[in-house]
Formats: sequence, structure tokens, C-alpha cells
Amino acid sequence: MFLWAIVLAVLMASGAFLAGRRHALALAVAGEARLHSLPSYHGLLLGAAALIGGLALAIVAGLLLGPQSPLTPAAAVLGAVAAAIPLYRRSSVDFRARNAFERVVMLVLLACSAVAVLTTIGIVFSVLFETLVFFRSVSPIEFLFGLHWSPTGTPPSFGFVPLLAGTFLITLIAILVAGPLGLLSAIYMAEYAGSQLRGVLKPLLEILAGIPTVVLGFFAALLVAPLIRGTGESMGLAVASESALAAGLVMGMMIVPLISSLSDDIINAVPQSLRDGSYALGATKSETIRRVVIPAALPGIVSAFMLAISRAVGETMIVVMAAGLAANLTANPLAAVTTITVQIATLLVGDQEFDSPKTLSAFALGFVLFFFTLILNYIALRIVQKYREQYD
Amino acid sequence: MTELRESLIRKRYAAERRFRIYGASALVLTAVFLALLLASIISQAVPAFTEKTVVLDVMIDPAEADPANPAAGNYDGMVKAALKQVLPDARNRAERKALNGLLSSGAGDELRRMVIADPALIGQTVTLPVLLSADATLYLKGLQARVAVSAGAAPVAIAPAEGGEGLILTGPGVSTEPGLSPGQIVMSGSAALRITAVESGTASAEALTPIDASLSALTPGTWKTLSFSAPEADRRTSDLQATWLEQLKDAGRIETGFAWRFFTAGDSREPELAGIRGALVGSLLTVAVALALALPLGVAAAIYLEQFAPKNRLTDLIEVNINNLAAVPSIIFGLLGLAVFLNFFGMPRSAPVVGGLVLALLVLPTIIIASRAALKAVPPSITEAALGVGASHQQAVFHHVLPLALPGIMTGTILGLARAFGETAPLLMIGMVAFIADVPHGFTDAATVLPVQVFLWSDLPELAFKNKTAAAIIVLLAVLFVLNAAAIYLRRRFERRW
Repeated sequence: MFLWAIVLAVLMASGAFLAGRRHALALAVAGEARLHSLPSYHGLLLGAAALIGGLALAIVAGLLLGPQSPLTPAAAVLGAVAAAIPLYRRSSVDFRARNAFERVVMLVLLACSAVAVLTTIGIVFSVLFETLVFFRSVSPIEFLFGLHWSPTGTPPSFGFVPLLAGTFLITLIAILVAGPLGLLSAIYMAEYAGSQLRGVLKPLLEILAGIPTVVLGFFAALLVAPLIRGTGESMGLAVASESALAAGLVMGMMIVPLISSLSDDIINAVPQSLRDGSYALGATKSETIRRVVIPAALPGIVSAFMLAISRAVGETMIVVMAAGLAANLTANPLAAVTTITVQIATLLVGDQEFDSPKTLSAFALGFVLFFFTLILNYIALRIVQKYREQYD
Repeated sequence: MTELRESLIRKRYAAERRFRIYGASALVLTAVFLALLLASIISQAVPAFTEKTVVLDVMIDPAEADPANPAAGNYDGMVKAALKQVLPDARNRAERKALNGLLSSGAGDELRRMVIADPALIGQTVTLPVLLSADATLYLKGLQARVAVSAGAAPVAIAPAEGGEGLILTGPGVSTEPGLSPGQIVMSGSAALRITAVESGTASAEALTPIDASLSALTPGTWKTLSFSAPEADRRTSDLQATWLEQLKDAGRIETGFAWRFFTAGDSREPELAGIRGALVGSLLTVAVALALALPLGVAAAIYLEQFAPKNRLTDLIEVNINNLAAVPSIIFGLLGLAVFLNFFGMPRSAPVVGGLVLALLVLPTIIIASRAALKAVPPSITEAALGVGASHQQAVFHHVLPLALPGIMTGTILGLARAFGETAPLLMIGMVAFIADVPHGFTDAATVLPVQVFLWSDLPELAFKNKTAAAIIVLLAVLFVLNAAAIYLRRRFERRW
């Protein structure tokens, strides 16, 4: 029914547009003075008024009576008529229809921009609200400093430290893989590769960047984890089938394109005069890169690493598919660890009861995750802002 | 002195070469990873695109199917009866169950469709391909255990063992290459024996299928052996089923076809019946909602911020917000959808409309940032010229700047769509992860999407589902490839340098 209300509101708006334009044309023919605004602006203003009025009343009716109520389409028609008729009466030769319409457009544009702010507010409040409910049954001290995580156990325990340790372990492995690979790739592409080679290499990294993480997770579980387990066992090491190393390696490959494309841009932005100065002193290319270009680009590279860490911490599918569920507090990369995102996903898949600490703890984890990534992004942004264009 | 200098220079040049090699090897490693990823997924996916059927002559029994109500007939029973006619040796209940296990649980569906389309077929015998079960299919594709079939090159004599239990095989065929070994199956026509022990030229065997008492010798060329890389207990196809499948193969009744079912069927618990139609339609509905919301909102926000926004606190707040949202982990958007759309607004679980809403918010920052870049690339002279001939600021933007920025906006939007199409984590939170066999018909039907289908299938233990997962990934990657190619085409075709 609500769909019909929208259709009717759009139809009414089209009708109002035609009526308004016709009315204005008639005024222009009848009167001696010229119209202030083009006839179509009179129509557009009426149409916009009818659309907004109709939709607003239909939404009000939908909220009061339920979206399936047969009265919502009627409310749409009523709202459209009520909004359009007074404007229709007011229109005259001098009526500044264009200015009025442009004010409406401006408000609509502002409202659209505000959606981003609303989303942030929505995230903060939804997560914060459930977290506060969670902290009513579990003390924040236990949550932040407890060493044992088992939300389904009896009695359940919600110590978040093992999750944090697991997240950091996998992130660390990922950065150890992606850092050198991404940075060296960026250096090679920016400083050594010719334009033809670049034309091949850049799409290659873009393909890797575009692969959905669920595919990488499948690959990690299908090939990388058994490979690592097999290699480890042939060397006499005990390797968990869902080792942190497998998840971390694949996650590292996921963020290679991120680090390399950001670092590539930054290295390219280092002024050529710095390189020329170094060459003039007799330095080789690699000496120039290591002693001049990289230090000059360092703030940007650090910020790229920050963003990469934030991506790795928030990444879900790879770890859901390739990392474990058991919250082990260990630094052994061959053991199975779990992460914050894995726990959020496992706690919230299936039916949720919003009164149990088990479900609510996922929101508390989400809260931690949100603020952690927010802080990392903020630091990355500040580093770039603070040290940008130091050499220009 | 010169020597010292030269050795220093040599060292520095070696360091230069080494550094260059490090860079190149980083790229090579990345490329190897990508190649390994694609190769392993493609090789896993290939078997899922073919299906095996057995051609049977099915008698459509008038006692089992009513012409007035053809949909209710017992077509599975007719198909099973037809298979029994071809392979009549099942001796007891367990063996009959094993025989029926060769057929898919949806084996009668095709026949039912045929009879519903043409009830006049009732009472006739039709020849049609019948879908085999996933295990039988895997056996025939050689994916379960490797099966080596070798022709018997030397004669073998068969005699009942003393004491009446089993059979004794003697003669040159037992020991001459390749010889017989325990666990092998000896087949001759419909007769099949399993070797239990081999001792100095004599093999003892047990009958798998009823053996004609007159069968006393196997002449070269009339018999063959099957040997498996895994013992029977580790296989999902028993020795008996394997001999039946070999018999069907020898009779030329096994056919291989392209698995159109994979694209036309919804999800199923049976691997051979499962398809991605439901997930694909769910993805299209979800992404359509996301596009319908995110494109107008994103473009409007970009126009405002780039062209009209005054420099003030509010604008700064909005800009900082958009940049932050772009880096928020996607799973957080799932929490938002769960808490706000499902819990607070009471929208239906698993519905594409909620998934679309969440994905719209997720890709909104991407679209805004790309659209702003496209708008910024239009030179100010365009606006100034429009203003100069008396256009209002909005007329200049909407009539002149926006059309010129449109290709860039479309490119950014398509890339945003590609991201939405491959997104999984937030959709898990809002219940799009349920098992749904039906193809969704509307925006509020329960549905799943392609990446979530990949996730669901990857969790199942059956080997056949591993292939299905890889095949679904291939379809997912193909869609993403088309989207990205479209974006690149748009960029090349319409991008203007001012």
C-alpha cells in the first residue's frame, strides 16, 4: 500500500507540474507584464510542493496507521492537494517561482548531505545504546580487562582481552606481509617501471583490490590453511587447521593494493627537484629512494599504514572463514585465535534475543571496533594534514 | 686508492640491483598470489558446470499417474523402477537402497514436468536422461577417489572355494602384470567380484553381484579390474555402486551435459540440485535498492558540497563525517541495520529492501567522493560562462556542470555498485544468511545474495558443494568484471581533459 502512496504522490506531482506550467503560461498570455520566472519553474515549484506534501502526509499516515493501511494512498493525495492549492492561488506574473523553487532544491540538497551525518549518528547511538544495556549486566571492568571470553558458556564470561590479542596478532601478520610487499611494489611502480609496465601492473593490483573478501576467505580456508598446516607438520610443528598465520597471510595480500596505491600516489607527489639534487651529489637511484624519497614521503606512508591497519582490524569475511572461533590468548601464529569481527558475526548470525548479554556483547564489540578504527583514521588524517607539502 | 673506490662503486651498484630486484619480486609475489587464487578457484569450479545423467527408458505407469492430476504422480518411483530394469541385481533392501542412491532425490522432477506438459505420455515409455546423485556424479568425474580401470590381459579361472564361501581365482591373469591385489574389483559384464586376498598366484574373492554358476573362466579382453586410491570405508560410493556405475558407463547410458540447472535453480540441500538463481535475483534486488537510494542521495550531496556549501562548521562536519564513514568497517553498517532498521523500525528480516538500505549507506561515501571529484574536474569557466549569460547558479550547475560531470559520476557509481555486489559481512547481520530455496519475487521476500551464498556453501561439508562454491565465485567475479569493464569503458569513452 505504501508503494501505491508513493506512486500516487509522484502522479499528483506530475499533475501539479503540468497545471502550474499551464497556469503560468495563461498568465503570461493574458497579462501585459512579463513573467518573473519561466513557466516551467512555476510548474516545478507546484510539483515539488505536491510531492513533498504528499509524501510527508503519507509517511505520517504510515507511521500512525501502519504502512499497509489503505489510508496511506489517500493521505498522499490529500497532502499533495493541500500543499499545491495555496501555491497555485498565489502564482501571479510577479511571483518569484524560480527563487522559491531553488530554495526548495537547496534544502533538498542539504538534506541529502546530512544523510551522512545521520548515518554516523545512527551508528553511534544504535551501538552505544545496546552497549549501555550490555554494561548493565556485565561490568565494563570485566569486559575490558577479563582474560576469558565465552559468551555461550555457563556461566558466560565476557573478557575481551583474548579477542583483542587475536585481532592484533592477525593484523600484525597481515601488516608484516603487506607492508614490505605494498611499499616495495609502490616504489618499483613509481620509480623504476616504465609507463608500459605500469599499465600492466596497476590493473593487476586493482583486480586484487576488487576481489570480494568472501572469495579471499574461501581461498584461505581451501588452499592456504591446509598448505601451511601441511608444511608445518612436515617440519614437526603443531599447526591448528584454522591458524592465525593463514588468515593473516591472506589478509595481508588483501591490503597490499591499498598500501601500494596510497604509497604510489605519495611517492609520485615527492617533488622531482629532491631526486635531482640527490643524483647531482652522485647518489644511485636506490640510495636516492632510501635516503631522500622515502623520508620525504614518510608521513603519507605512515598514514597509508594506519589506514591499512584499520582495514585489517575491521575485515570480517576472511577471518570468519579462515580463523577460529575459540578465544585463545596466545601469541603463537600457528595456533587458532579469534577476532572481534568473527565474534560479532557469530554472535549475531541466526536469531537474536535483544535481552541476552550474548547478543548485546556483539554491540559492545562493535562499539570498540568503531572507535578503534575511528581513532586510526583520525590519526592517519592528522599525520597527512600536519606534514603535507613540507618540501614544497 | 682507485681499487678501493672501484670496489665501493661495485658494492653500491650491487645494492642498486638488489633493491630493484626486491621491488620486482614484491610485484611478482603479488601476481603469483593472484594467479594461484584464480587458478585454484577455476580448477575447483569447472566440475560444477557439468552434470551427469543416466539415460533410462521410463514406463509412465497409468497406475501411478493420474491424467487428471499429473502433478501428483509417483515419478520418482517410475524412474527407480526403470533403473532397476537396467540393473536388476540388487538382492536385498540395503542394496536396493544403494541402487536408488545413485539417482538424485530430484530425479523424477524432469519426468513430472514432461507429463504435466503432455499428459498423453501416461502409459507410454519415454527415454530421457535422469539426474544422478552428487556422489555418483563425483565418482564418475573421478573426484571422490581416483579409480584406475585396467583391462584384464590374461585368462583367469574361477572356481567356488572349498567350503562354499567365496570364490577362488587362479591362472596367469592373477599374477601377470598388472595382476590382482586385495580391494580390487574384477568385472565381467554384470558379474563383479571383490578380491579379498592374493597368495602365490591364487586369489580369493567374494561376489558383489550374483554370479552365474556357469561362469568358470575369464578370457582376455572380456574382463577388467577397478582399483581405488581410497578404501571403501573412506568413499561415499560403495564398491557395489561403483560397479553399477561402471556397468552403466559401459552400456553407454551415462551422459555429460552443461549444468544449466546451476543457473536456473534456487538453493537446495542436495548439491546436484542447488543453483544460484535465488542468490542472483536476491543480489539484483538488493543492489537495485542500494542504487536507487545511493545514486540520487550521493549525487545531491556531492553537488551541494562541491558547488553550494558555504564554508562553515556544518559543512566541515559533513565533510569529516563522509571521510570517516568511508573508512568505517562494513560490519558496523550491519550492526546499524540490525539495531535501526530491523529492531527499531521493525522491517522484515532477510529482505532485499533492508539489505539495499544498508548497502546504500555503505557505498554512499564512495559515490559522494567520486561525484565530487568529477564535479571538481569541470573547469570553472563553464560555470562562469553560464553565469555570464544570466543563468542562476543552480541553472549553471544543473544545466551545464552536472551533464559534463556525469561520465565521472557514473564511473564512480558503478565502482560503488561493484563494491556493494561483493559485500557480505553487513548482510550476515540482517539475516540474509538463512537457507532460502525459493527465488525471491519482491523486495520484501526473504532472500540471500551471491556473496552470502558463497559463504553458506563454503561452510557445508559435502565435496560437491566445494565445487559449487567455486562456481558461484566465478559467477560473482564475472559480474564484477563486467561492472569494472563498464566503468573503464565509460572513463575511456567520455572522459574529457580540459
